[in-house]
Amino acid sequence: MKVRDNARRIQPGPLEYTRQAWMRMILLATFVFLYTPIATLVAFSFNDSRRNIVWRGFTTKYYEKALANDGLIEAFVNSLSIAFVSTFISIILGAMTAFMLWRFRFPLKPLYEGAVTLPIVIPEICMGVAMLVFFARIGWPTGLPWPLNLGQIAIAHVSFSFPFVAVVVRARLASFNPEIAEAARDLGAGEWAVMRDAVIPHMRPGLLAGGLLAFTLSLDDFVITFFTSGPESVTFPVKVYSMVRFSVTPEVNAASTVLVVITVTVTALALWIQNKQSSEARG
Amino acid sequence: MTGDLGSENRTPADKAIIRINSLSKNFGTIQAVDGVSLEIQAGEFFALLGPSGCGKTTLLRMLAGLETPSAGSIIIDGEDMSRVPANRRPVNTVFQSYAVFPHLSVLDNVGYGLKVTGIRAVEVRDRAEAALDLVKLEGYGARMPDQLSGGQRQRVALARALVKRPKVLLLDEPLSALDAKLREAMRHELVNLQETVGITFIIVTHDQEEALSMADRIAVMDRGCVRQVAPPAQLYEFPANRFVADFIGSVNLFEGIVSAVDGAEMTVQAALLAAPLRISQDKGFAPGTRVWVAIRPEKINMTKLGVGPALRLGDDNQVEGIVEEITYLGDFSTYHVRIARPTGLVKVAAANFDRATLRPFTWEDRVVLRWNSNSGVVLDS
Repeated sequence: MKVRDNARRIQPGPLEYTRQAWMRMILLATFVFLYTPIATLVAFSFNDSRRNIVWRGFTTKYYEKALANDGLIEAFVNSLSIAFVSTFISIILGAMTAFMLWRFRFPLKPLYEGAVTLPIVIPEICMGVAMLVFFARIGWPTGLPWPLNLGQIAIAHVSFSFPFVAVVVRARLASFNPEIAEAARDLGAGEWAVMRDAVIPHMRPGLLAGGLLAFTLSLDDFVITFFTSGPESVTFPVKVYSMVRFSVTPEVNAASTVLVVITVTVTALALWIQNKQSSEARG
Repeated sequence: MTGDLGSENRTPADKAIIRINSLSKNFGTIQAVDGVSLEIQAGEFFALLGPSGCGKTTLLRMLAGLETPSAGSIIIDGEDMSRVPANRRPVNTVFQSYAVFPHLSVLDNVGYGLKVTGIRAVEVRDRAEAALDLVKLEGYGARMPDQLSGGQRQRVALARALVKRPKVLLLDEPLSALDAKLREAMRHELVNLQETVGITFIIVTHDQEEALSMADRIAVMDRGCVRQVAPPAQLYEFPANRFVADFIGSVNLFEGIVSAVDGAEMTVQAALLAAPLRISQDKGFAPGTRVWVAIRPEKINMTKLGVGPALRLGDDNQVEGIVEEITYLGDFSTYHVRIARPTGLVKVAAANFDRATLRPFTWEDRVVLRWNSNSGVVLDS
């Protein structure tokens, strides 16, 4: 009896993975593998050296340099503008697509469902080339004043990010109790009020998660953007790429670090809002 | 006789609040509701009872406006509502899952039906609070639904449906998600609530006990059709057909042929029983008719062979058998008695009067079963 008690104490339970040394090692290795490159990027953005290979001491001058680089700032503002606009449109289109797929039955629905998710699996390079050909073929005007010159990129971004929103929201809707909508209807709500008071509140976490996904996808997309951006409409990733072609200076690191910080902050904020909402609902 | 049994329930005012005329609903090739006609009186507590898949929920959903009838009409308080959408019917529903809005507080849930129809916020608040008092949830207004127990959530659903003062309240299996004790308490509470508010209640249930204990009248449904509409006692004592007899409670059905009719009594030669059955009847069956005699287990008197009046061979309404199975249920026991010619089982229920004699009967006991000629019901369908 005593022996068995001891054995139980030493042998971790099925859910106590982290008590096993080898499991901890794997966890640690995973973190190292995932985050060393990013940590290096951040660390070397403070490196006082032009060549950026050897550590020469701490400085913040490359941040100042990056902030003073008009081309970089312009690209950054372009990227954020495109991300906001394309996210907004993606959320609306994605939510509507998800709602339609959830609510209605129509002929060729499986085909349609597949077609909607196609942009997720199509290689980006094909999408990029397709966009380039498409905009050239329809004669999309070039040389428009800012922000209209970002139109093609925003449209391209919507086309590959709204399926993500649709997939996430569709999954969320699967857990919707149709009696909730029926109850709203029974209590006097018309179609729109049912949508507003019963369906959309349930969709909300999906909209948030999908929107976040769309935002980050748009912000860091390179391939498709590269094919749809003109000389006047450069986004941040495209700009960084062109800078790297000359030399990898700490300025690039600094700019990239700012992007990492923004992405992490937005994600953390979204998670925080979501947590707050669900804990409010729970009390 | 049947009228007497009915009058122990409250007699509703003779005014039909709902008239259902040969209403049908089919989903593809499945006929969910098949030509149902019903009249439900104002202020009545009405139950739709039947096994799962009998169409009772579909019928309720058509009353609520959540399904469109394939044929027939629904008239609510004199107005044809067959094609009126759910949000414009003077009817509210308590859903099986309660369907309380998870993102709204209790008070906002209850006030929703008023708010969405454009009633002033102050009035919404007052009426929602009054409705919460009615279901004994005063002081719970600020809570969120997931801070409530299942029973409390159901009260929220009730208050939310009653706050609009509907002409009819529909309840879809409202007690099925509660545990046994709470269910019994809620039964009484629902009946009291209905008396307080005076609104017509229509409840859907598959639980006969629920229907018998709460409803003024019950419609028993089977495969989309209404098989009988009657007050509980009449339904139990005078079922109209084999389905109702068998569905409500437990019953012994003896198939036989009417062999002789003598005024108010007739004799049935049952295949299962050696002796003929003698039964009071007022249905005027002709000799030769194929009938079923339904006798409830508790209406059969069981004595040990040799105790009490002796069994005389050929006597009517009695039969000899052997106790084969005993189910002890606390307040009473049920026995399966095997009778001899040809072999068949009869169900007998006997109250456990005496604690001292724990087992008045035991397995393999030879017993005599007797019943009165007015205990059985003769059915021809």
